[in-house]
Amino acid sequence: MGVGLGNEMMRYEAPESTKAAVKLLAGSRDRARILAGGTDLLVQMRSGMPEPALVIDIKHIAAMGAIKREAGGFRIGAAVPSAELGEHAGLVKAWPGVVEAAGLIGSTQIQGRATIVGNLCNGSPAADSVPAMMVAGARARIAGPGRRRDLPVEKVVVGPGKTALKRGELIESIFLPKRPARSGDAYLRFIPRTEMDIAAASAGVFLTLDRKGICTDARVAIGAVGPRAILVKPAAKALIGTPLDEAALTQLAAACSAAARPIDDKRGTKEFRTHVVGVLARRAAVIALKRAKGE
Amino acid sequence: MSQIPVTTTINGDATEFLCEADETLLDVLRDRLELSGTKEGCGTGDCGACSVMLDGRLVCSCLVLGAEAEGREVETIEGMAEGDTLHPLQKKFLEHAALQCGVCTPGFLIAAKALLETNLDPTETEVRYWLAGNLCRCTGYDKIVRAVLDTAAEMRSA
Repeated sequence: MGVGLGNEMMRYEAPESTKAAVKLLAGSRDRARILAGGTDLLVQMRSGMPEPALVIDIKHIAAMGAIKREAGGFRIGAAVPSAELGEHAGLVKAWPGVVEAAGLIGSTQIQGRATIVGNLCNGSPAADSVPAMMVAGARARIAGPGRRRDLPVEKVVVGPGKTALKRGELIESIFLPKRPARSGDAYLRFIPRTEMDIAAASAGVFLTLDRKGICTDARVAIGAVGPRAILVKPAAKALIGTPLDEAALTQLAAACSAAARPIDDKRGTKEFRTHVVGVLARRAAVIALKRAKGE
Repeated sequence: MSQIPVTTTINGDATEFLCEADETLLDVLRDRLELSGTKEGCGTGDCGACSVMLDGRLVCSCLVLGAEAEGREVETIEGMAEGDTLHPLQKKFLEHAALQCGVCTPGFLIAAKALLETNLDPTETEVRYWLAGNLCRCTGYDKIVRAVLDTAAEMRSA
C-alpha cells in the first residue's frame, strides 16, 4: 500500500499557518517536503527515490490559496493551482505571458493541482512558468525561521533541482508587480509533440514602449537550453531603443542562441535547440510588442 | 505509525476511512472503499485513467494523497449515472462505440463531463486539448471526440 517503498514512517501534516509550516519544516531532522499540487512530489515518491520522512501539506493555510491584488500587482499564494490563474480575469489581462506559461504545464488534470511555486521549486531547467516569471520581474516571498525575505525569481533556482532556499525555508507566495503602461509579456516553448510534453527550448519576453513605440525597457529569458533558465541581458539590450524592427529582432535571436548551452538528446539536438531558442524569443517579442501596443 | 482518519464526501455521501500517510486517493478509492471504477494506468499523472473531481476540479487521483481528501468533495465515475439512468456522455460513448478495452473510459467520462460543465459548445480542437491528458491505446480517439461533441450538441438542444 502506498506510492513509495512502503516506508510506513512517513508523516503527513496539514498546518493552518505559515508559522506552523515553517516550524515543522525547520524541526524535521529528516527529509521534509512541501506538498502543494503534488504533481512532482508524488511522482518522485513513486519513482523509488527515498520517501520523505515528513510531508507538509500547505493547502490548509488560507493565505497560500489566494490570489490578491497588492500595490497594483498580484500576490499569488503557493498553493494556487495553474487552472486558477487562467480563471482570474485581472491576472490574465495584466500578465498573459505568465498565465499562458503556467497553462502549458501538463494536462487539464495537472493544471487542477500544479502550482507555479512548485514549478519553480522543482528546479527543472525546462519549467515553463519560470522564464515567464523572470521577465515579469516576479519575486518569491520566502518564509523561514528568520524574517521573511523576497528573492527575484531568477535567483531562486541555482541548478537542476537545486534552489537557494535554506534549511527550514519555503516559498509562501509569488508577487507579480504592477505592469507599466504600454508594456506586454509573452512566453513560447518548443515541444516535439503538440501537447503534454516538456520544453526542448523556451523563451519569455517582457517589454515596455514609449509613446512613439520605441522600446524603453526589456527583459528576455530562455529556458531548457542550460542547467537553469537565465535572463539574457544582451538580448534585452538588442530591443531597447528600437521599434523592434527586423535588425533588432535578428539581434535578439542571435543573442539568445549565443547564450544557449543546451544538452543534446533525442528530444532535440544541440544545434536545433540553439537555433530554435532564438526563433522562439523573436516570436515571443512580436507577441509582447502587440500586447504592449494594445493590439 | 498509526493510520490517518479522514472524513470526506464521495459522490455526495459522507465517507470516513483510514489510510497510510503515503497512500494515494486512487488506492483508497479502489482498495479501501471498493470504488474500483476509477482505474490505475501509469500512476504518474500522464494517462488520466484515474481522473476524479476534487472540490469541482479535474485531477489525477494517483497524484493526490488519501489524507488530502479530508473535508473535501470527491466525485468518481460511480456517481455519474443516476441509478439505472446513464449520463448523456455514457450513452453517447456506447452509441459511438467510443471504447474498446474500457480501461481509459471512466477517466475520459469524468474529464469530458468536467469540460461540458464549463463549456457546452466546445470546438473539436478544444475537446482534443482538454482531453490530451487522457490516453487511449485502442480507439485512436476519433470516436471519443465525436461522442463528446455529439453529447454537447444534444445537451445544448435539450
